[in-house]
Amino acid sequence: MTALLETRDLARNFGAVTAAADINVKIDAGEIVGIIGSNGAGKTTFINMVTGYLAPSSGEILFQGKSILGKQPRQVMRAGMCRSFQVAQLFPELSVNENILIALSMAENSRLSFFRPLKTPDMEEKTKSVLAEYDISEYGEESVMTLPQGVRKLLDIAMALLSGPKVLLLDEPTSGVAIEDKFDLMDTVMRAVKKSGAAILFVEHDMDVIARYSTRLLAFYDGRVLADGPTSKVIRDEKVRKLVIGNHLDLDKLEAANA
Amino acid sequence: MKKSTYISLFVLTGVLIALGLIVPYWLSFLITVALSKGLVVLGLMLLMRAGMVSFGQGLYYCAGAYSVGAFSQYFKIDDILVLLLVAISVGGTVSAIVGLLLARYREIFFAMFSMAFSMILYGILVKSTSFGSSDGFNVISPTLFGWAPQLEGGPILPFITISLIVMIVSIMMYHYFNSPMGMAGEAIRENEIRVEYLGISVHRVIYYKYIMAAVLASIGGAMTAMTVGHIDPEMAYWTTSGEFVFITLMGGTAHVAAPFLGAVVFELMRSFAFQYSPYTWQMVLGIALLAIIIFLPKGLWSLKSKIIKGDQV
Repeated sequence: MTALLETRDLARNFGAVTAAADINVKIDAGEIVGIIGSNGAGKTTFINMVTGYLAPSSGEILFQGKSILGKQPRQVMRAGMCRSFQVAQLFPELSVNENILIALSMAENSRLSFFRPLKTPDMEEKTKSVLAEYDISEYGEESVMTLPQGVRKLLDIAMALLSGPKVLLLDEPTSGVAIEDKFDLMDTVMRAVKKSGAAILFVEHDMDVIARYSTRLLAFYDGRVLADGPTSKVIRDEKVRKLVIGNHLDLDKLEAANA
Repeated sequence: MKKSTYISLFVLTGVLIALGLIVPYWLSFLITVALSKGLVVLGLMLLMRAGMVSFGQGLYYCAGAYSVGAFSQYFKIDDILVLLLVAISVGGTVSAIVGLLLARYREIFFAMFSMAFSMILYGILVKSTSFGSSDGFNVISPTLFGWAPQLEGGPILPFITISLIVMIVSIMMYHYFNSPMGMAGEAIRENEIRVEYLGISVHRVIYYKYIMAAVLASIGGAMTAMTVGHIDPEMAYWTTSGEFVFITLMGGTAHVAAPFLGAVVFELMRSFAFQYSPYTWQMVLGIALLAIIIFLPKGLWSLKSKIIKGDQV
């Protein structure tokens, strides 16, 4: 069966520095894949290459069996792959409602209308239901600049999911979010993703989040995939423990807490 | 836009045209020139909303004026509708070519490249004797299907025409600014990366906006040429483009009417400053701009919301 997303020998060099090399990954529909690795391990470079933000130095990227190498981000998005960012990418001077309205209008049609109003009763209704789905209705009228970090992250992910992608890539969805809010945020995101049926890849440093939500784990080290498999197996891998996670972590406790 | 707003706009245009027939000719002339420049500024506002400042709208202002001048002189056609169509075609075609390059640039690079193209046209015109070199040449007074109403002092057809154009363009631009394509400009100004990841070509959106701004500037240039009756290369000089930026800052970018308000205030201010202080009128304008930037950073149009809210101005 053709994988939803497949990379073959994907590599990226910045001059003499190898940021990513020999990345061979296959993602199937509905999978929830966590990505871990220390800073500079190549996680974000991998996501940037797959989503068209960064051109690979070599290798191949297939989406539903077709090459998407060299495609622009908008073409990758239209193909069915969306992403959120480490730093939420929003329209900061506009309100939350306007952010969703604009995202809805763009996600629905790449040929934007010159004269049809953006704010129709139908679009405003859709905006309300999106905000309700992510439990951020109370922020609708607020400017994005004044939002708490967790709400920004949710808004970023909500905007990415509006086009109904087949694959969603999240770059550190809980970074900068208060510890007590991270599970609520991930629960909301997972609920929305499951409803859409999209496969999800998320880069994360927080092992609690990884253990709780991912069923498969990719461990990156030095630009390469060090281990790939079920989360419970990868986190017990000796190399992964030594080079990525560290031996200080009590894995039994971690798994029990996030079962 | 509500039905009552349409009716108000039609009534306002009717009143404006009626007033133009009553007030002294110099005033209707000044308002015609101001509204023509307001069209150029409206285009500039369109770009500014997308985060782009053009110091080269003089290119299309001048292209519109010269296309009208040249076409009427060589083909002996003076119909205002035909001449406007010629200006729109020239402005649209030139911008469709230049825009392919300029839509790739942002910030200071966009500003400087746009100015460079404007100065190229200036350079060509001052060297071309067939277009009157640096002196320019006269443009015949327009008619509408042979009709050329006159008032004491001069022709009134340009005033009637610009009033109607401003009404039509305002309605169109109002709808445009509230459409997905219009709002895409603000989205691009805020975050190009997000727009691309929403599946939209930023380059294409900017390109369309650039052409629209150019067409508006061409109409403005054509109307100025037909009103003043004379054109010269100064219309493409960078100071002319700078004047449009000045007016945009004066009026603000919050509403379709802001450029016209800014342009009328600017022309009135310049005329009176020149009349009462002929050697220091630029200083008067400079002080006025400084005062507006300090006290009304969002332009004259922001007075409206301040008055409605009852805030101190």
